Amino acid sequence: MTATKAPTEPPSQQRVVRRPGDRIFSGAARTSGIFILLVLAGVAAFLISEAIPALTASSEDIPGGEGLAAYIGPLIVGTLLGALIALVVATPLAVGIALYVTYYAPRRIASALGYVIDLLAAIPSVVYGFWGLAVLAPKLVPFHEWAADHLSWIPLFAGPASTSGRTMLTVGLVLAVMILPIISAISREVFSQAPALHREAALALGATRWEMIKMAVLPYGKSGVIAGAMLGLGRALGETMAVAIILSGGGAATVNLISNSNPSTIASNIALKFPEATGLGVNTLIASGLVLFLITLAVNMIARWIVNRRADFSGAN
Amino acid sequence: MSTDIRSAPETSSPAQGPVRVERRLSRLALWGLYLAGIALGAALSAATGFSITSTAVYGVVLGTLAVYVATRVVQGRRKATDRLVTCLVTSAFAVAMIPLASLVYTVLSKGLARFDGDFFSMSMFRVVGEGGGAYHAIVGTLIITLVATVISVPIGLFTAIYLVEYGSGRLKKAITFFVDVMTGIPSIVAGLFAYALFTLLFGNDFRAGIMGAVALSVLMIPVVVRSCEEVLKLVPNELREASYALGIPKWRTVVKVVLPTAVAGLGTGITLSVARVIGETAPLLITVGLITGTNLNPFDGRMATLPVFAYYQLTQPGTATQAFLDRAWTAALVLIIFVMALNIVARLISRLFAPKTGR
Repeated sequence: MTATKAPTEPPSQQRVVRRPGDRIFSGAARTSGIFILLVLAGVAAFLISEAIPALTASSEDIPGGEGLAAYIGPLIVGTLLGALIALVVATPLAVGIALYVTYYAPRRIASALGYVIDLLAAIPSVVYGFWGLAVLAPKLVPFHEWAADHLSWIPLFAGPASTSGRTMLTVGLVLAVMILPIISAISREVFSQAPALHREAALALGATRWEMIKMAVLPYGKSGVIAGAMLGLGRALGETMAVAIILSGGGAATVNLISNSNPSTIASNIALKFPEATGLGVNTLIASGLVLFLITLAVNMIARWIVNRRADFSGAN
Repeated sequence: MSTDIRSAPETSSPAQGPVRVERRLSRLALWGLYLAGIALGAALSAATGFSITSTAVYGVVLGTLAVYVATRVVQGRRKATDRLVTCLVTSAFAVAMIPLASLVYTVLSKGLARFDGDFFSMSMFRVVGEGGGAYHAIVGTLIITLVATVISVPIGLFTAIYLVEYGSGRLKKAITFFVDVMTGIPSIVAGLFAYALFTLLFGNDFRAGIMGAVALSVLMIPVVVRSCEEVLKLVPNELREASYALGIPKWRTVVKVVLPTAVAGLGTGITLSVARVIGETAPLLITVGLITGTNLNPFDGRMATLPVFAYYQLTQPGTATQAFLDRAWTAALVLIIFVMALNIVARLISRLFAPKTGR
């Protein structure tokens, strides 16, 4: 009796005693966790509070003189257009890269190749802007002219072709390069987690390598690719400096990719106008920033929801 | 590797009887076909006015086609599709290498022109034409990044500790989810947030390095949390339990056992998060702005930073255009060197401070 009682009592006493050090430490940890939530709420709150003057102002006072919707509308079109081009170009390439690194490249250099692709993510966006302006835009001018001559029946290539190449098409391609590493990193991770038993079973049944990938790897990695693409989309939507440097846009809301009348994007418009803006101009720009924040927030939440849903039943966690 | 394994039964099958004689294209023949396709592409390109781009495009398309058709004729549809995909996937990787190589080459060739002592020792104070340097911008970038790190690391690290050691229930789930969402905040929105915060507190004309540091922290904290959380999760539970068994309080266990075990990973993660924000331009452009002189006080007045410096040198060149462009490209080069150096340091940390136990 005494032998069993003795060990049970001290633990219950110990559990009651909470040392001050413990309390302070766990308190600090919890506070910083809550602080992060407050920061995110603060971002939304401060943007809203600074955007309210623009939301309530009469439409003549907004830059452009036609109200907030007419000001932000073309910018939203431009933002979505550039990000969509980037997504359409980058996703297949990124899947190819991820497959190459995980299943095709020689084992010994595969991780080094993955690291090289990750370097693309390390290059600052302003440098991408420099490169797009100095190298890619001039190189794409012949393509712009060719597209204007031969593809002008497609609204995207209606022309007239830009002579500088500083168009939405060039921007979309630069954005594609910038989001490649994001999509390929996540795709690579899910592809490499595809169950080895499935893969080996496919090969044992005589499948070629592509058939094995089609049957065992791609179905498993599909949601990962989608999530990666969504995260890349979020990045492309919010990308600022590369767009601000490369694009020489007009103000019209067109889908014409190859002329100089492309709409700008929300982020680059803020970067270009903000340093000189005063009064209500600042509020208008912040209101457009709020729109961008909400769009990227929605995209990222959907992406994370897909990732987390997959994590719940992937066996890896 | 795997092709060799699978080819073994194929070669042995003819011996088993009159099934079907398997014909195979040797690796050499495939390469020959591919190169022949590229040569044809070069010829085609030469016929329509030679250029490297069209040679590469025609060549890769024709080479892929040659391999596909030959395999289809000799080995059948399935093997041909397999080869086609191999070609496509390898091409995708090669295509991704083009921008990286081109970018590095361009920045090196244009940036080395002003990569000299003056660039690192002089500011742009009273410089209107040639000469001058980015000393003020380099120092500004280092100060602002340092302040951002000082803000972000404690918050991020403590949050990671909370998530791994203390957290439970809905608060933990909410923090995890919103930290993930925060990773995707556009940098310019972080800048607007810092601007709105400080103008509400100190009035419209307030400008200081701390504004930029706060904006960078918003971008940096989620990265720190995520990387530290991953690392802390890897610390084996046995170590914690051994510590508790000795009667050590939980917080001492975290400080003396968990953190030292994970120090290599923490260092790597924090270094990479610094690399992530050191090249950010947009938030600094709209909060800190740019000056030509050196300002060492992050709590008062505008500061110059390297990315913003590069941006303005490129987009608003003065009378001596070439001098401005040279400075812009050199600034871009220095920026890339910073980021690469941080990446290498991160790798070194993870190698040098790796825990002796485990793995």
